[in-house]
Amino acid sequence: MNLYAIRAIYKFEMARTFRTLLQSVVSPVVSTSLYFVVFGAAIGSRITDVDGVPYGAFIVPGLVMLSLLTQSISNASFGIFFPKFTGTIYEVLSAPVSWLEVVIGYVGAAATKSVGLGLIILATSSLFVPLRVEHPLWMLSFLLLTAVTFCLFGFVLGIWAENFEKLQLVPFLIVTPLVFLGGSFYSIEMLPPFWQTASLFNPVVYLISAFRWSFYGSSDVSVSVSVAMTLVFLSACLLAVRWIFKTGYHLRT
Amino acid sequence: MGVKIGNGERSRPAISIFGLSKTYASGLQALKDIDLEIRRGEIFALLGPNGAGKTTLIGIVCGLVNPSRGKVLVDGHDIVSEYREARSLVGLVPQELTTEAFETVWDTVNFSRGLFGRPPDPGHVERVLRELSLWDKRDERIMALSGGMKRRVMIAKALAHEPRILFLDEPTAGVDVELRREMWGTVRRLRESGVTIILTTHYIEEAEEMADRIGVINRGELVLVEEKRELMRKLGRKKLTLQLAERLHEIPPALTGYRLELSEDGRELVYTYETQTGRAGIAALLADLNAAGIRFEDLQTEQSTLEEIFVGLVKGER
Repeated sequence: MNLYAIRAIYKFEMARTFRTLLQSVVSPVVSTSLYFVVFGAAIGSRITDVDGVPYGAFIVPGLVMLSLLTQSISNASFGIFFPKFTGTIYEVLSAPVSWLEVVIGYVGAAATKSVGLGLIILATSSLFVPLRVEHPLWMLSFLLLTAVTFCLFGFVLGIWAENFEKLQLVPFLIVTPLVFLGGSFYSIEMLPPFWQTASLFNPVVYLISAFRWSFYGSSDVSVSVSVAMTLVFLSACLLAVRWIFKTGYHLRT
Repeated sequence: MGVKIGNGERSRPAISIFGLSKTYASGLQALKDIDLEIRRGEIFALLGPNGAGKTTLIGIVCGLVNPSRGKVLVDGHDIVSEYREARSLVGLVPQELTTEAFETVWDTVNFSRGLFGRPPDPGHVERVLRELSLWDKRDERIMALSGGMKRRVMIAKALAHEPRILFLDEPTAGVDVELRREMWGTVRRLRESGVTIILTTHYIEEAEEMADRIGVINRGELVLVEEKRELMRKLGRKKLTLQLAERLHEIPPALTGYRLELSEDGRELVYTYETQTGRAGIAALLADLNAAGIRFEDLQTEQSTLEEIFVGLVKGER
């Protein structure tokens, strides 16, 4: 294991995070606060409790997941896309590092940032609504697992994308709709029967639902199914990265 | 074309390339069955026009390009199955100026060292930065540096992990004369410390000045590999110019066997000869001139430069 290489990549990526602190931390916090004002205060005041949880508090896990998913993907994809774009990737490709070391460095740094962001958003939320976390260890585990999984997905996306347009396309057209329709702002029981069934095909529903369970002890779907699905997705992403480095897909000519 | 090691018993070659070919997805065949051995401790210059395959060759050895066929050993280590051992020995300075923008010089060079699996060594990094006159710039962001300085940063990054083999892909392209001289000095000092250096260049002057051996590559084929001196001796032409004591109207029939040219004013006689055929021709010519009663006041010889040799080779006329 080339630990020095992992550390070098990790440090480099974290330095990039701190250089762009305003964009990477402040803006998600501001947008989360806006969600609270709009959904929590303006609309939430007209909605009664959901599963015995006040609406303002009910949307917190969904909001954290919303930011976690989008930020993980955009952060990790940009982290590898940019060196590819500028050409500095040559150094990583010519270094005595395995695919796993590269992934641990890049995805580790991106996930660190995402988890940190998730915690900051949680802290921000607690200023607006009284928070209750029934299973704190599970909550942190879900946070970590989701961050790592979607950073991996972002990493694959960043290698696949040949231009900025493609880099934006997947988050915009696929991830954002899935997240919004994934029950961030509602329980899927509030939907008409057809859409309830349709929602079961949305992987994000499982993530948000399980995460909400760690807070309030109630869930739309089985928590174990949710964990299993996330692990399957994580393994798929890992296999994709391994294949990419083996073949040099979009990395080596 | 196979290359034999001179004495047959030197130490293991720094790099051995066997039957290396590369065809890009576009169908372009960039390399055709290259065999090459780079000796330990030498400066090897790879010469060739744009698109000849120089960068592809370097890219394969360094892991940036997938070979289509063939095998490469770095110090005996296969670049695919033993990539860790192979790559940790190699430093690469690519042709393009690709650097981080926001990092400081110090950080980026330390990053390179770590990436290549070496423990932190501020002393070594300092020596590298001082050698390349970057020490004063160590805390500056790379984006604030001039093009020449960025080029030095790239060399510093390549040297950060103390490589035993250094690839310089057109290191002095777009670099001013002073910096070029400085870089040549750095390369020489590296060679003295035992580092094997492979450089590609457009400037034949550079190869002529620096290289121990020269490989000429054209359209993906290695046209020849030769000791520089040998190459110049074999392929070089020499010109002998004689300043005549008296004007000559035409070359006497007795001398038509020589490749002679008479200048328009009839005061200079130019004899062109291949160094390969030896210098016996000169003695004969001089004797024949004497016999023909042609006297001369002065003479000078001139050797063709590598540039002329190179242009001749690439055009296919030897």
